[in-house]
Amino acid sequence: MSEAIARTAAPLPARDQLETLVADILGEARRQGATAAEAAVSFSSALSVTVRLGEVDTLEHHRQRGLGVTVYIGQSRGSASTADWRPEAIRDTVKSAVAIARHTAADPHAGLADPARMARETPELDLYHPWPLSAEDAIVLARECEAAALAHDPRIRNSEGASVATHSGLVIYGNSNGFYGGYPTTRHSLSCSVIARDDSGMQRDHWYTLARDRAELEEPAAVGREAARRALRQLGGRQLTTRQVPVLFAPELARGLIGHFTAAVRGGALYRKASFLLGRLGSAVFPPFVNLRERPHLPKGLASAPFDNEGVATVDRDLVSGGVLQGYVLDSYSARRLGMDTTGNAGGIHNLIVEPGPCDQAALLRQLGTGLWVTHLLGHSVNLVTGDYSRGASGFWVENGTLAYPVEQITIAGNLNEMFKQIVAVGNDVDARSGIRCGSLLVERMTVAGE
Amino acid sequence: MTLDSLTLARQQLLVPAGLGEDDLQRTLSCLLGHAIDGGDLYFQLRRAESWSLEDGEVKQASHAIQQGVGVRAVSGEKTGFAYSDEIVPPALLEAATAARAIARHGGDRPPQAWRTGGRPALYQPLDPLETLSAEGKIKLLEQVDAEARRQDPRVTQVMVSLAATHDTVLVAGSDGTLAGDVRPLVRLSVTVIVEQQGRREQGGSGGGGRVGYGWFLEEERALWHAREAVRLALVNLEAVAAPAGTLTVVLGPGWPGILLHEAIGHGLEGDFNRKGTSAFSGRIGERVASPLCTVVDDGTLADRRGSLNIDDEGTPTQCTTLIERGVLKGYLQDKLNARLMKTAPTGNGRRESYAHLPLPRMTNTYLLAGESDPAEIVASVERGLYAVNFGGGQVDITSGKFVFSASEAYLIENGRVTRPVRGATLIGNGPDVLSQVSMVGNDLKLDAGVGTCGKDGQSVPVGVGQPTLKIDALTVGGTQA
Repeated sequence: MSEAIARTAAPLPARDQLETLVADILGEARRQGATAAEAAVSFSSALSVTVRLGEVDTLEHHRQRGLGVTVYIGQSRGSASTADWRPEAIRDTVKSAVAIARHTAADPHAGLADPARMARETPELDLYHPWPLSAEDAIVLARECEAAALAHDPRIRNSEGASVATHSGLVIYGNSNGFYGGYPTTRHSLSCSVIARDDSGMQRDHWYTLARDRAELEEPAAVGREAARRALRQLGGRQLTTRQVPVLFAPELARGLIGHFTAAVRGGALYRKASFLLGRLGSAVFPPFVNLRERPHLPKGLASAPFDNEGVATVDRDLVSGGVLQGYVLDSYSARRLGMDTTGNAGGIHNLIVEPGPCDQAALLRQLGTGLWVTHLLGHSVNLVTGDYSRGASGFWVENGTLAYPVEQITIAGNLNEMFKQIVAVGNDVDARSGIRCGSLLVERMTVAGE
Repeated sequence: MTLDSLTLARQQLLVPAGLGEDDLQRTLSCLLGHAIDGGDLYFQLRRAESWSLEDGEVKQASHAIQQGVGVRAVSGEKTGFAYSDEIVPPALLEAATAARAIARHGGDRPPQAWRTGGRPALYQPLDPLETLSAEGKIKLLEQVDAEARRQDPRVTQVMVSLAATHDTVLVAGSDGTLAGDVRPLVRLSVTVIVEQQGRREQGGSGGGGRVGYGWFLEEERALWHAREAVRLALVNLEAVAAPAGTLTVVLGPGWPGILLHEAIGHGLEGDFNRKGTSAFSGRIGERVASPLCTVVDDGTLADRRGSLNIDDEGTPTQCTTLIERGVLKGYLQDKLNARLMKTAPTGNGRRESYAHLPLPRMTNTYLLAGESDPAEIVASVERGLYAVNFGGGQVDITSGKFVFSASEAYLIENGRVTRPVRGATLIGNGPDVLSQVSMVGNDLKLDAGVGTCGKDGQSVPVGVGQPTLKIDALTVGGTQA
């Protein structure tokens, strides 16, 4: 065995080194005539291994640097980025940004975030748990995961493989108002994708586990078995005839629905009047039992952050309370466009918790009664201007609360405005593998198109 | 000539780093331990810019440089991969050492002698960022904005973006491959929002290719996209609920060819077929479409967004027949999968960047023209859907189920196109959707040059096309049951 196979992902550089780079960039921007500037320098490293049918398929070492700057000359701005950290590259990158800012129109809303809103301290969010995983150990874990899937049932005949990946990164952000901040993070995952086959054809499904801390990953064999179970249960899918039915969205799809909500209350969509939720602040978007809370400081949270991409301190808040929209998702620019204050969401939302209801999946299926349980969606026909929603789906036809048969090659359609109001239950089967933590969602009525 | 591209690539990528071709040979021989079948080095320098307009003004623009070298070692079905964003000899060697860790250590052996080839280039090796001044770019954006607003007082928002990339690559392989390519790519997109009595709708249009910015100024191409975006948005203002259920669908020419990309193309990529995970696996020689259908993937069309002189493994692109008169003919191959399936690469090994592994990918995928008059095709339908513009699509290659999303569609009633309907997803089964094709138009058209295909987290530019097609039965995912 060569010595190199024992290699792990590359270590992170010292934080000081990145802070110095940020300071150099901001200094260079000032020298080249910028009246204000902000910059971010990043480093990330990863090791990923995929095993297929017991053999190594790919072994990948990733190591990536980044450097980005936005300069302001008065109210005009320009941005530039590179992966090159040498002083001459910094000079050239700033020069490109300045050249752009000399051409772009003055924008009264442009500029750094309000200095008063900068994070004054960086709360410890426990986001960094490096995993000194060697390629050899990664191969062992991936093999264990895939083997459990292949052994689960003789109809699991083929595999796209099992993958283990560990990723660590460090980003330092700074701006000419004197804010500097940054922190290292890690993310580890284990996934498996297998193919079930019988006389009806082939079905593929996957499962994965993802966490900041490897100690919180599911066991490899459990991931493999779940992938196998999911592929198997879809065998023999049929089409449905066209009908209107209640639809239960599995948690990993339900969070997509909530994602459409957050996209529609994002500042950019609102000031462009490109949102079906325009002007709905203070009004009911969901039924009264729906509560959505943003919790940016959850320890080990996948979307936790002490401050946003502009250095603005993140804070706990209720985005939806009793079904009523309490706020928007804004950065400084979109906030100024709307005559509001930033909500600390430059770069996105930081852990959105959909308050779980009392029901588990079995209870939700009983509540669904006769209808469609959707476990997969295909395509992206979601229009955020109108709320029109139409997507390919597969899952199960449910009769009197029990699974009747798998279904495929159908679509589900509706309008998000109505779908949100027609949510009749939120599950307690929360999927925590994302910045949106959500259980199953039961929607009272949608159109299913099929045969 | 690609030889010129190779010279340019050498100057851009190797000379500044003080690297010579002997250094590449040395790195490749370091890669070739005894259990390594082969490997390659992929050098890349990509400059990109984007200018965007909203509220009638260009207030944002950005410039980005990305460069590095990816090193791959292949042993049987195994691939080892590492890369560096510094093109310097020590980083190259370090990446090679990490990549070859895929196989047990052995002695070094020499790679094959370089083989370079050439054929007339499909596009100019130009730097599109330099084909128009900053003032010229801003003026172009402002003209598009004015043209859109001029169309109709109901236009409330116009967003326009103009982007270009200048991508220079050099591939050196242990099989003797030494090839370079300079790939320009430009793109313009227009999105408008219209408002009428409180109802808001959007429309979009865009285009581009492997050309300079001047292309948009010719034949009023940029202004056409402005008018087209407004037209689409206004059509949507009148749209009624789309039908739900299985009906006859007539697809217009051009961009609706996304059907072929999703339903056929992905399922014929070599990796899925080598692994036996595609619904098309093992079906070469079988009838999978009506005899009216011939589908090709052609990377050799001049100036097209999906075209390449060479793929990202240095293989010249070609026109590959996927389906010939309804019979499945061939797969799309990169070197790895071609070798494992004991066939030849087809010039479809593509990667998003030096930091990604090559995969079999499409270039420009289209269905050849037939003989029917498009008007006759529509007239032949008693009740159905006429879909002429689409958003994206997606496919599950294992089950074969695919979707594509209509963004402009109309009802056909008694042989006539009548009311516009709201956006809806169309869903079908790849291996049998083309057997439902009963008429093929004589109006083959390729898309305007905006397609981007995603696979395994990697995005690459692609093209699609087709003539007007009549599909006797396809499921339409509207709300009107």
